[in-house]
This record gives sequence, structure tokens and C-alpha cells, in this order.
Amino acid sequence: MPRPGFVLEVDRSTPPILFWRGENFSLERLPAGRSRVIYPPEPLPAIKDIDGAIRHALLNPYDQDPLPAQLFPGMKLTIAFDDVSLPLPKMRRPDVRQRVMEAVLDMAAAAGVDDVHIIAALGLHRRMHEYELRHALGDRIYDAFHSRGMLYQHDAEDPDNLEVIGTTDHGEVLEINKRAADSDLVVYVNINSVSMDGGWKSLTTGLASYRCLRNHHTGHTLQHTRSLMGGREHSALHQSIWRLGKVLRDHGPKVFQIETTLNTDMFPEQFSFINKREWEWSAKDRATYLGVTKGLSAMPVKMRRKMFHNIESPHQMTSVQAGDTERVHEITLDWVYKQQLVPVEGQTDILTLGIPFVCPYNPDSVMNPVLVMCMGLGYLFNMYRNKPLVREGGVIIMTHPTYRDFNPVHHPSYIDFFEQVLPDTTDPVVMGQKWEQQFAEDEWYRHLYRTGNAYHGVHPFYAWYWGAHGQQHAGKIIIVGGDAPTVRRLGFTPASTLDDAFEIASDVVGRAPTVTHLHVPSLLVADVQ
Amino acid sequence: MSVTRSSSITRLRRAAKLGDTASATLQRALHPTRNLGFPWRAPTRPKGVVVVDEPSTLGADFDTAWARKAPARAVRRWVLTAPLQALVRSIANPEVEGIDRLADLLDQDPLPAVIFAPNHHSHVDTPLVIATVPAEFRRKLVVAAAADYFFDRRLKGTLAALALNAFPIEREVTSRKSSDELRRLIDTGWSLVIYPEGGRSPDGWGQEFKGGAAYLSARTGAPVVPVFIDGTGSIYGKGMKRPKPGNTKVVFGAPLVPEEGENTRRFNARIEAAVTALGDEALTDFWTARRRAAEGTNPRLTGPEHSSWRRQWALAEHRQLGKAGQRRRQNRRWPDLG
Repeated sequence: MPRPGFVLEVDRSTPPILFWRGENFSLERLPAGRSRVIYPPEPLPAIKDIDGAIRHALLNPYDQDPLPAQLFPGMKLTIAFDDVSLPLPKMRRPDVRQRVMEAVLDMAAAAGVDDVHIIAALGLHRRMHEYELRHALGDRIYDAFHSRGMLYQHDAEDPDNLEVIGTTDHGEVLEINKRAADSDLVVYVNINSVSMDGGWKSLTTGLASYRCLRNHHTGHTLQHTRSLMGGREHSALHQSIWRLGKVLRDHGPKVFQIETTLNTDMFPEQFSFINKREWEWSAKDRATYLGVTKGLSAMPVKMRRKMFHNIESPHQMTSVQAGDTERVHEITLDWVYKQQLVPVEGQTDILTLGIPFVCPYNPDSVMNPVLVMCMGLGYLFNMYRNKPLVREGGVIIMTHPTYRDFNPVHHPSYIDFFEQVLPDTTDPVVMGQKWEQQFAEDEWYRHLYRTGNAYHGVHPFYAWYWGAHGQQHAGKIIIVGGDAPTVRRLGFTPASTLDDAFEIASDVVGRAPTVTHLHVPSLLVADVQ
Repeated sequence: MSVTRSSSITRLRRAAKLGDTASATLQRALHPTRNLGFPWRAPTRPKGVVVVDEPSTLGADFDTAWARKAPARAVRRWVLTAPLQALVRSIANPEVEGIDRLADLLDQDPLPAVIFAPNHHSHVDTPLVIATVPAEFRRKLVVAAAADYFFDRRLKGTLAALALNAFPIEREVTSRKSSDELRRLIDTGWSLVIYPEGGRSPDGWGQEFKGGAAYLSARTGAPVVPVFIDGTGSIYGKGMKRPKPGNTKVVFGAPLVPEEGENTRRFNARIEAAVTALGDEALTDFWTARRRAAEGTNPRLTGPEHSSWRRQWALAEHRQLGKAGQRRRQNRRWPDLG
């Protein structure tokens, strides 16, 4: 039986705590008597017969007929799937998406369905490389469908292949992939790593156009999204998405949603110390930690990056459910919370976050400074329900090297965003009004997004907006160990060590602040009372 | 002139005599007991006397238990596996697909026993399967081998048991002893390679599946993993005198277990259909194979029901589609002009 999450009150006998520092780690001592560390629940046991569970879900969906009963010869079937941003790190083969899609295709074959298209629901993310598609879908599906032009990636900038479904009562336009819009049935295959994903968000963002996404991906909306991982009632973003979902349900194609959840067994045996509580490290764990950190310090950054991005995670499926989108998503959320929720008493003055090597927007790529902000303030800060872990006006301290380094193939517009927009303003609303349109409509970025492997021109803005609430909520943001000019460009304060950071923070939170450290990985959601 | 001729004949006679002596000496050295009688040699049987036959230790009665004990397993694992894999790579150059379908089995602790059921075209099939199954299964893997072929002589049987961990099984009617022993092995965690066709293809096309794998799975609960092997018939098919290196493909299918109320005959048909679908997948692609499987129109492994020459004609076309059609580049041999 896995142990639940746990809040450790730090005392004098507490060992130093593990912090991520990009492509490395450090052990940091937290002030005794006023610090606490939130440890995630241990990984839930995986389903033993995964293929059997998938088949059962397809044959016994929620509030819909079994999938085989919805399939018929001559129909147009579209299968959309979550892109390379999930799961992190990539999972060992076979990926859950492959297993689910092979089961769906078996049923489609049995029903005599010929017209099947498989679409990577990218939204404005970068197109996946062939090796990424093969990893997610398996060689069998790739070889069978790609050469026939029946497996491709969504293009949010292709006017000929987009169709308007309708408009919400708030004036938000829902425009999605034309093939999906014209289909008799759209099957969406999702992986739900965090509670903000899934539900109507899958289809109305993954297969949507820029015109549609700009409705809710704004600085203003994200500033008013007070709980990305909690209930919809506190998230302006999710309220907008659910309004679009209703338009889709009333006027769009029929959707058969398949959602899966994974456990948080995220790192293989050679990195087992990452998932353990420090006082439970064995001699082998300690030796591994020393070997890994010394080895990583001696390696060039590119080699470290390659090593980490090559990790294939052993996480496995804990649940699969199919059928009506909203009903399915409710059950998915229960499973996500069952795995990730940790009850925490009250807020803190200082929140410390170790920033890892990867976020959803840099798989097999560089964690550039904009993404450091996005990961810290957009994702880790938002891993709460009810209230943020840090009080309003408190301090957020992140540890990351924050190099001024970008991947020009994946993130070309991020480079210009960093050089042109951030020196001008770091305010999400101001930059949205002043700069967003120029980047979104830039022909060169559009070309790279449509034909290369680049994120859409507007994507750095969206990454920045993701941290808008955290940026607004915190009184000061400090990055420990980062390149000082780069950190200042982000609007944050650089510090050399964690002790320096506490000293700098004392200007805002006084001499004896309370400190809370979010021990990631694994993923956790703090249920702050 | 006549003196010269007479001395040449004498020399020839001496040489012949010397040759006879040398040959006799060699024969005596090679067969020291040839000129010795009983008790050096086996006794002759008097007429009219009935001699009780000693129980046979060959064929299906060949004892292979020693080959599954620690010393033989260590020899296989540490001494024989690497050369076997190198040999397979050099002769058959295998391309392996579908290992991901075994992920759930590999995740189980302890590792469950599995019955691998491949089609069978060549003696290369067994080393190929042993070399390509995941290492976790290879450590406890028994191969069901024809008792009348592999275990008809003591040396041959010993080598087969040591190198391949072969277990003797009758091809036509499996005795209770063999099946009970195989069940016992599976129950104790040994995975099994068994060729449901019962023997190598005589003409390059497959044969009807016999029910051995289905029976053992139904009795032990071990899942059957269908396996399709393509290309080995052109490397060392039945009737070929020596192997001819080529390319092969091994496709592993999803594990099958008998369904509720499914009898052995139906389960066997399902295994055959699964291997047939894998064969189609190997030559076309996953989607084509699945659609044809749903319609029951996967090309049969047993080939078209034509007269013999048309079957051979179709076989040549069939092989061109598969791995056998992709011949390796041969080193150009120039005549030796001295």
C-alpha cells in the first residue's frame, strides 16, 4: 500500500533536502523550527491488465453507447491524441496512447471503418518529430497510417482545414480542425498528468485555431485564474474552455473521450533517490547521489541535457475511462487527486521550488529562461487547491541555472521575445496589448510552426501568461544559481546561494519567515486549508 | 628398357604394400575393438532366444533434466548465448517487432511462464527465437523439439539439450508423459517455445496448427504469445544443404489466453489466426492486417489451394514481399586469373 503525502516539520536533525537545479541537484539545509517540506504521495499501484482495462473502458463507457456500437462502415472516424508535452519524462514503450489507439483501431477494423484519420492535437505546440510520433504511437500505427497520409499533425494556421463550430454567449469563437468537425465521431485519447488537463480542454485547445485560443490564453484571464489545479469555479481559463466545450457538444461532432491517469513513478532505478525521502536514503542512494551530481557537474551542459531527456520513465496507468467528456473528466480528476493531493495547513511566507530540467514545452529541448519562469510560476506555484501555498506578498525562491540559452529550431520566437519584449515589459497584460499581435502574425514564425518543428510565434507570450497569477501574487521572486543578467531580464532577483536568497527575502517577509518547500518530483497538489 | 620397366613395377608394388600396411595400422588405431570379440564387443544374439529389450533412452525418453540444472544453465547463459546471438546475427540479420506487446508480462514479478508459438520453416527458427525473445524469458526457456529428429542419437540429443535447452516431444501423438512433463515445467516457471505446425514446412508454405500450445495453455493458464518468423525458409529451409545468409523478421503478437468456455480446438484456431495476422502485418502494415483480420481475409500461412507448381509460383511472389526478397548485398567474386 503506497504511503500518502506528508508534511515534514524541519528540525535540527532533519537532513539537507534535495532541490532540482535544472540538469543537476543540490542538497540544501532549511531553517529549523520554521520550515516544512511537502512530500508527494508514493506512486499508486498500476493496473495489472492494462489492455484488458482499456477494452473494458471502451465497451463500458460513461453516458454513451459502447464504442463498437458507435462505429459503422462508411463513417468518418477521427482519433486525436495528446502531443509530446505529455507525459514527462516520456514513458517507457509502449506508451499509453499506443495501447489505447490500437484497441480503438481493432474495434474500428472489426466494424469495417475505412476512413480513419489520426491527428496529433498540438494546438500551438511544435510539430512532433518522427521519433516522437513513433514513441507515442508505436511503429505499427506510424508505419500503417503515416505513409497513407492518415496520420498527421494539427495545423492551427491552415485556413483551409479549420471550421467554425459556433460562438459562446461571451463572444468566444470555437474554430477547430475541419476533419474533426466533419467527422461522424471524434475519439480523443488523453493522458492526464495534472488536474488542469483533460475534459473539454483536450479538444478545444488541441485541435483549435489561434483565433480560438486567443479567447482565453490572455494575461487578463490567467491573472484571474486563481487555481489552475483546483476547481473550475476559481479558474477563468477553465470557465472559458467549458463554455467552448458546450458549443462543441451542441453544434460540433460527437466526441468519445478516453482519459487515462498515470502514477508518479517518474524516474528509473538509477535515479531512485529522487523519489525517496532524504532520511530514508540507503548507502546505495547516497553513493548514487554523489556519483550522479559529481558526474553531472563534470559534464558539458549539452551532454547533461541529452542524458536527462533520454530518460524513459517507468510510470504506468492507474485508470482509464471513456465516454461522455464531462462525466469521464470527473472520474479522471478523482484519480489525479487520489495520486497527488496532500493536505497542508495554512500558507507560508516563503515558497521554495527546485526547477527541473523539463517542462511541458521543452521535451528534448532547452529549458530557456522564459520556460523557467513558466515552470516555476505557471506550474509549480499553481500546484495547489483552495489557496496558494505562499501568502499574497510572500517570496518565491527557485533554484535553476537559468542559462541564456535557446533552441532555435523549437523556440525561435522565444529568442526575440527575450530580446525585444522582456526589456520593454514583464507585465503580461501590457505585453499582450503591445506585442502579442506582432509575434502571432509574423509570417516567418508562422512558416516555422507550419513546416518545421517550432512553437507558434505567440507561444512565448502564452508561456509567460501561465505565470501571470504567480507573478502578481508574490512580493518578490528570487532565482538561486541563475545567470544574474538573465534573471534580472525576467524581472526577478538573482542570488548565489539559498542562504543569500533568504537574506534577500528578509526585506519583504522579515527576519524569521516561515518556509515551505515543494518536494518535486513527484507531482503533488497541496490542498491548502 | 625391360630392366627399367621391371624396377618401376617393383617400386609400385612396394609402395602399394606400404600403403596397405599404413591403412591397416590406421584402421586398428581408429577401431581398436574391430578384431576383438565379446566381451569387447556386444554379444551376438542366439537364434530362438527372446531377449528382453532394455528401456529406450533415446527419442521421447531422452533424459534432459540435467540441461535445466544450474551448471548447464550457467554454460548456456555465460558461454553459449553470445556466440549463438552472433551466429544468428550473421546468418539471419533479424529485425524484431512487437516486443512492446510483452511489456505487461515483463512487468510482472515473478515473471510468468509463457508459451511462444511461432510458425516453422527452418532449423534457424529455434536459435532465432532464443536470440530475440527478451532476456528475462531466455533465462528459463525450454524448446519443444522433435524427439525422432533431435534425440535419435545420444550425442545429437545431448548437444540439443545443452545448447538450446531442447525437450523431446513426439510430433504426431504426444504422449501423456511428455505433456505432463511440459505442464510441470510451465507450472514451475519455465517458458516454452513450441511450434504448433509440428515440423518444418515441406514446401515453403505453412502447415495447419496442431493443438499442443493451446492444450498446454488451457491446462496451465500460461499465456500463448503468437510469433511470426519471416525469411528463414530462404536461409536454411527444408532440403537445403547449407545455410544461405539472408534477412529475417520476427514479429511478436499480443499474449492470448483461453476465453471463458473456449475449448482447445477454438483456442488453437485463434492462435493460428493471430500468427496469420502477424504474418500479414509483417508483409503489409498493422492497419491493413487488422482490417483483414476483422474480415477474416488475412492471406493464409498455408498458401493458396492450387496445384503444386502454382503453389511454388505463388511462393516466389510471396517471398519477394517479405524479408527473403531483400537479399543482402553479395561480395562480388572475380575469377582467380592466377
